[in-house]
Amino acid sequence: MNNKTLIITGLIVFLIIVLFPFWYMRGKAAPAPEPELTPKAKAAQACVRSTEYMKSEHMLLLDVWRDSVVREGKRIYINPQGKEFNMSLSNTCLDCHSNKAEFCDRCHNYASVRPYCWSCHIENPKEKT
Amino acid sequence: MDSSRRRILQLLGVSALALTTRPVFNAFAKEEVAAEAEAAIKAGTEALKAKQWAMVIDTRKFKSEADLKPLIEACHKIHNVPILQNKRHEIKWIWRTHYHNAFPGKAAQFIAESVAHRPFLVLCNHCENPPCVRACPTKATFKRESDGIVIMDFHRCIGCRFCMAACPFGARSFNYRDPRPFIAKINNEFPTRMKGVVEKCNFCAERLAVGQLPACVEASRGALTFGDLYNPGSEVRELIKTNYTIRRKQTLGTEPSVYYIV
Repeated sequence: MNNKTLIITGLIVFLIIVLFPFWYMRGKAAPAPEPELTPKAKAAQACVRSTEYMKSEHMLLLDVWRDSVVREGKRIYINPQGKEFNMSLSNTCLDCHSNKAEFCDRCHNYASVRPYCWSCHIENPKEKT
Repeated sequence: MDSSRRRILQLLGVSALALTTRPVFNAFAKEEVAAEAEAAIKAGTEALKAKQWAMVIDTRKFKSEADLKPLIEACHKIHNVPILQNKRHEIKWIWRTHYHNAFPGKAAQFIAESVAHRPFLVLCNHCENPPCVRACPTKATFKRESDGIVIMDFHRCIGCRFCMAACPFGARSFNYRDPRPFIAKINNEFPTRMKGVVEKCNFCAERLAVGQLPACVEASRGALTFGDLYNPGSEVRELIKTNYTIRRKQTLGTEPSVYYIV
């Protein structure tokens, strides 16, 4: 251990650089975004499932919907309250949630996920004709 | 390790006790889930059903290209099929061709003039033994058990184009470019495709699900007939029984479900 001081200084410098972002941004965490509802979504009051369920499981729900519609040709979803919905991202979900930037993107950007739903599904079925 | 009889019996007792933890955990977990009941999924009540959908095309009713145009347009409009001028990038679900292209091997040197000059409507044959399905490595394209439609799950397509090589009818097109800018008027109710996926006719599965006949059949004013191939009383079976029909490249054994009256 001839270079003891050099190694320890190096380690300290390394730790400072690595931990810099943590103490620099301490206490300044970006607040969780609040998705905005369109007037139509507000008027509907309830989504297909409860808000908590949709928040955590909407990706799973859409996955199940897609497989059911494409592979089995079953297109009607009956939620626990007994209400029926057409299982369609374009025609059911995006009909109410037609504000992609304020509803979908806010959380997706915050969580740093980049779903490619809108490469094919039309994001705002009402406006673009 | 002490392996006396007493020790082994103790261990066995503790293990037996451990086995009971799972049911206990499950019982606790169940109470939380019970707050939200299960959802169910079903087919629409008005959905049309068949064992194997089939189409009979009465080519005698098509005199010129203009007769086919409304059918092709109806399909391409509702399915957001782009119009690309470059032939190599062309996307087509249903299109027009000549007899000798539609039925190679059946075209003799001298044939009836009316047939030789007649436009033929071709589309995916929704084969009963589809080679494209066998070629697909991701099961993005598959033969639907419920109604025999050879359909695609565009989400799964990786764009390998094996299906295009496997299809003997050229019924599949590949999106070499982003199709959106080339769609004149987007139908909001149907998704577009993206660059890098294959697409083809889906026998209007989305229309059958809500009780409507395929768009081309509806626009054909009787020249196209659609129905269940395995229902002896269906309209298509009646037409096949009473007319001489041919199918494309029948010798390949793919069993096409599109029949032509010539």
